[in-house]
Parts: sequence; structure tokens; C-alpha cells
Amino acid sequence: MIRNEPIRVLLADDDFDDQLLFREAFEGIKIKTVVETVKNGIELMDHLLRPDIILPHILFLDLNMPMKAGLECLSEIKRIPMLKDIAIVIYSTTSSDREIEESFINGANVYLQKPVDFTSLKKVLAEVITINWQYQTSGLNRDTFLLSL
Amino acid sequence: MISHTEIEIRDVITDEHLKYLNHSFLEHGVEIIETQKSILIQKIKDAIIELVNMEEKLSAVKTSEFLANKLHHRYGYLSNIFSEVTYTTIENFMILQKIEKAKQLITTNELTFTEIAWKLNYSSMAHFSLQFKNTTGLTPSAFQRIINKRRMLTAAA
Repeated sequence: MIRNEPIRVLLADDDFDDQLLFREAFEGIKIKTVVETVKNGIELMDHLLRPDIILPHILFLDLNMPMKAGLECLSEIKRIPMLKDIAIVIYSTTSSDREIEESFINGANVYLQKPVDFTSLKKVLAEVITINWQYQTSGLNRDTFLLSL
Repeated sequence: MISHTEIEIRDVITDEHLKYLNHSFLEHGVEIIETQKSILIQKIKDAIIELVNMEEKLSAVKTSEFLANKLHHRYGYLSNIFSEVTYTTIENFMILQKIEKAKQLITTNELTFTEIAWKLNYSSMAHFSLQFKNTTGLTPSAFQRIINKRRMLTAAA
């Protein structure tokens, strides 16, 4: 990865307020980022498969989206070789052990429970971006990159 | 043909200056790939990875002394420059690399967690499990179960 290149972050979430908070949370992070958002699973897959797409480094995927749910998108993305290097964060309001394990087995790298307050949101997003940056720059093995927060 | 060469510039060089140099060199087909700082960072990372992979050394030396001796700089200097560039600390990077090694060993399914803890110089299996959980959010056994299931899923597809 080229130094000083901003990290491209994509969020798929149908909740407009959550999108806003998410964008705002990234503003205070030390690592340079560019954030884009899509509002459901179908829009997400269309976006990722556009011929002129510059792929995101990291994708935050809401589990409970209308039309096409997060887990379905996850399995679909993992079957497309061109998309296999995107780090995938499952971003959910709930967290059951079963859901976490299911997400990881299907190829997610990070399982993140949406924090209830903004300060915690900023903190965990910074944590995810920083650790993912280590994976991008230090040759760590992405196949075993699992993080549950 | 690609060849590498190292040049040393004695003056302090600003980002703007570096950009200009880069641009001028590129016109002649020469690309500046690294600055001294990033070379040193890479050397620190390499040394840490080397240390994590040497069982005997890992238990015998202090990380700070090992790095200072190997790279001929004071540890304080190395530690500052590392934090400045990598968004983490040497201590955290060391933990990350130990856990990375642990993951490697876990996924081969050949060693017990106690043996892995011992190999990576943890005082006990409990200490190892705790650091693994703090770093990944998962216990070593949950991690192992997930990776094995994921492999089965990929093999079936």
C-alpha cells in the first residue's frame, strides 16, 4: 500500500442517522480515511461490481438491512474473487455468540456491536481502522484476521 | 533492469522538498522508494518478527535491549519514531506479532494451547488465553473452532 494514501471505508446501512454518526465519528481519527455509504444490500453489490469501482479497503456491513441482509451480502462477496481482499466488518445492533460465530465462519474479519454512545463509537472505529491498517502494512495473514469487539 | 541505490542527504528535508525531488527523479525514470525513517521502521518490524520466531531468544532477552543492540539506536528513540509512524507502539506490535504466531500454530492443529503458550514465552496458559482474548476478542478455542469450520465450508463450496 502506498504511504499516505487514505483508507477507503464503505458503510452499508439503511439507517440514515447511523450513517451520519458513522461519518462524523471518522472525522477525529488520526489515520486518513475517505468514507462512502450505501443504503442497502442491493445497492452495495451494484456499487462493488461497477466496472470503474476503486474498491474500498474496508467494508462495514449492517446485519439487518432490508431487501438483502448483511450475511447474504457477506457470502456473496466472499464468492467473488475480485472482492476477496476487502476487510469485512459486521456491524450490528445485536450480538449473540451464534451470530458472531456464523459471521466469522462466512468470512467476516471483524464483528462489531454498534455502541450506544458517540464517544464509544469513535473509540471502536478508531480501533478497527488502526488494526486493519496494521494488516495492510505489516504483512499479517488476512485469512486469520478475526476480531470481535 | 531495476537497480537500487542508497543516497544520504545531510540537510533536513521537508515534505514539499521531497515531493519536488521525487518529481525530478521520476522524469529520469528514477523512483524514490523509501526514506530513512521508513527503512528504520521496517527494520524494527523485521527484528520483532525475528524475535517472536526464536523460541530461545524470546525467553532470554528483553525486547528493548534486543532492539537497541540490533539496530544501534537507543530504545527510547526507536520507540518514539515507531509510534509516530505506525499508529501503534512497539509493545503492542510485539503482542500483535505473538498473537499472529499463535494463530499460525493454532491453525495447524498440531500443538496444544499449553505448548503454544510455552513456545511464545507466556508464563501460563491462562496468561496466553487472556492476551489472545484481549487482542482478538475470542478465546483460542473459539478461534480454532471458527477457522476449522470456515475451512470445511470453503472445501465444500
